[in-house]
Amino acid sequence: MSATPLLELRGIDKSFGPVQVLRNVDLTVNPGEVTALVGDNGAGKSTLVKCISGIYSSDGGEVLFDGRPVHIGGPRDAAALGIEVVYQDLALCDNLDIVQNMFLGREKRSGLVLDEPTMEQMAAETLAGLSVRTVKSLRQHVSSLSGGQRQTVAIAKAVLWNSRVVILDEPTAALGVAQTAQVLELVRRLADNGLAVVLISHNMNDVFAVSDQIAMLYLGQMVAQLKTSDVTHAQVVELITAGRSGGLGLAGDNGNGNGKRDTQTTETTTSAGADA
Amino acid sequence: MSAPTTAPVQPVEVPPPPAPTVGSHLRDYLARVGGGDMGALPAVLGLIVLCAVFAILRPNFMTEGNFANLFTQGAAVMLIAMGLVFVLLLGEIDLSAGFASGVCAAVLAQLVTLKGYPWYVAVAAALVTGVVIGLVIGFLVAKIGIPSFVVTLAAFLAFQGIVLLLIKGGTNVSVRDDVLVAISNRNMPPWLGSTLMLLGVAGYAAVQLLRHRNRTALGLITEPLAVVLIRIVSLTLIAGTAVSILNLERSRNQLVSLKGVPIVVPIIVILLIIWTFVLQRTAYGRHVYAVGGNREAARRAGINVDRIRISVFVICSFMAAIGGIVAASRASSVDANTGGSKVLLYAVGAAVIGGTSLFGGKGRIVDAVLGGAVIAVIDNGMGLLGRSSGFTFVVTGLVLLLAASVDALSRRRAAATGNR
Repeated sequence: MSATPLLELRGIDKSFGPVQVLRNVDLTVNPGEVTALVGDNGAGKSTLVKCISGIYSSDGGEVLFDGRPVHIGGPRDAAALGIEVVYQDLALCDNLDIVQNMFLGREKRSGLVLDEPTMEQMAAETLAGLSVRTVKSLRQHVSSLSGGQRQTVAIAKAVLWNSRVVILDEPTAALGVAQTAQVLELVRRLADNGLAVVLISHNMNDVFAVSDQIAMLYLGQMVAQLKTSDVTHAQVVELITAGRSGGLGLAGDNGNGNGKRDTQTTETTTSAGADA
Repeated sequence: MSAPTTAPVQPVEVPPPPAPTVGSHLRDYLARVGGGDMGALPAVLGLIVLCAVFAILRPNFMTEGNFANLFTQGAAVMLIAMGLVFVLLLGEIDLSAGFASGVCAAVLAQLVTLKGYPWYVAVAAALVTGVVIGLVIGFLVAKIGIPSFVVTLAAFLAFQGIVLLLIKGGTNVSVRDDVLVAISNRNMPPWLGSTLMLLGVAGYAAVQLLRHRNRTALGLITEPLAVVLIRIVSLTLIAGTAVSILNLERSRNQLVSLKGVPIVVPIIVILLIIWTFVLQRTAYGRHVYAVGGNREAARRAGINVDRIRISVFVICSFMAAIGGIVAASRASSVDANTGGSKVLLYAVGAAVIGGTSLFGGKGRIVDAVLGGAVIAVIDNGMGLLGRSSGFTFVVTGLVLLLAASVDALSRRRAAATGNR
């Protein structure tokens, strides 16, 4: 395992009124790896992402970036650290073209005027760097793109800014088979380029196809974070739906019952056993 | 296309797309129109058809004098419509723009006629009034969260009252200041009109050719040079023809000469250039489109959405103030109806007829001018036909409805073809 993880969450709590959505969540994200974040509906995946990206502020716990504790107070703080999120609902503007979308909110200017040629060149370079070859023209409106192409643009937008952590929220949820394959290939390429990638997905096939580690949330608690090669499909499903699987996951009701995850399993990665 | 995920990743050289030709450019354009992105096409076609119909029914529609009238008649509506384009781009509406122009005109008349201030003080006060109105409306919409329809409907009523209060109920305050009256009622000497026109066309050509050269030098995909040249030549022809017609003698009276481009025309052109620059070439303009297209995406991109929303109402009311000044100049007076009755609907109609979408995210400043021209032609032609104002209202209403239907239908078509 490489030295320090790029992004590390320790004991994140988040409540909305009386509902506690995240309970003492830990997560470790390494550069050059795809960390899959899985969990059933309502497990708190999206909330966790929003805490990382600064859209929500967490109620407790700490965030370490590059080993240093950081405070993420808003989307701009996250962006300044190099954390980019590609949202489930895409967050692209249909009425703008690909270049305009990729630079939205961070346009290059020369003086007062937008520097369109520079932006177009940078966009072209980024897309070429990701081996994207499906878009016809960079000046196409996003509305004329297919779902997979939109997702590609959204991902390229996240990569454009020398980002170090890219979080993808259900990037393949609305895509067909061929497009899913394209997007997953792109996800893998991001990690191979040295980025830390967090992939949120419902689809176990996707998760097993591209991820290096799998972090499982169950009712707002991180039940385990394991190497993908160390778990089976069935174990992951059980952990997501029941919170435990054999020796893995949360302790049983007749165990210590404090809701802490079981730290004795040998398969757990360093992060899962960190607070033992 | 369906590369399996396990396949080794090979960086593939992106083949450069073929350089566009005039033919492919035309095909792309036709495809866009067919896909529901018609832009200014309906307005231009409508303008041609209307002009042809009125020219046949009423030969004096095509006189130099009437051509000049069209500009001064349509000016106020065009100016207000330019501001409304910003509001419509966000998918909001400003129903108070008409009476906001009335309030600003009343402030102008108050200061210049009743209080005796010089014209520039009065104009500045009218413009500041417009900005303040916009700030209040924008604050109520963006920060308090009242729908813009309701805020501006309330403002519509209140401003109507404020106009009455300012001009002390019912009376007609005349504006006699030479400079102010000149705006809508005087013409530039023919040499000045021609010079400005040539400068404008040359500037346009320089900008277009420079951009084309820059993009080519950087190896970016460019429009074919022929298309750029066609655009420059068409603009030169249209502007040249218009200015030379306006430079003809149009006075029936042998003693008084009446020729030249109305002073209000360069005012419209300059504002058209400024606001087009703001919308197309600045980050602010880009953000206006983004908020109109997908507010949540804009927010997540770090754009201050509230500030954009307030700013468009400020621009709209500011332009309404300019429209009010022009209207006061044209009538040489301000009364309870300045900016009232049909002004607002004409302005909204102008923007929509020109191709600005009521659903937000789509529109240009030139839409306001093209649509304003359509409205002015209808208003003017109906007047020449001697139709009652009732008839004119009905026809204008139908044209507005037609434009809104085109907007809605092209939007549906666009959704169906995945094109905008």
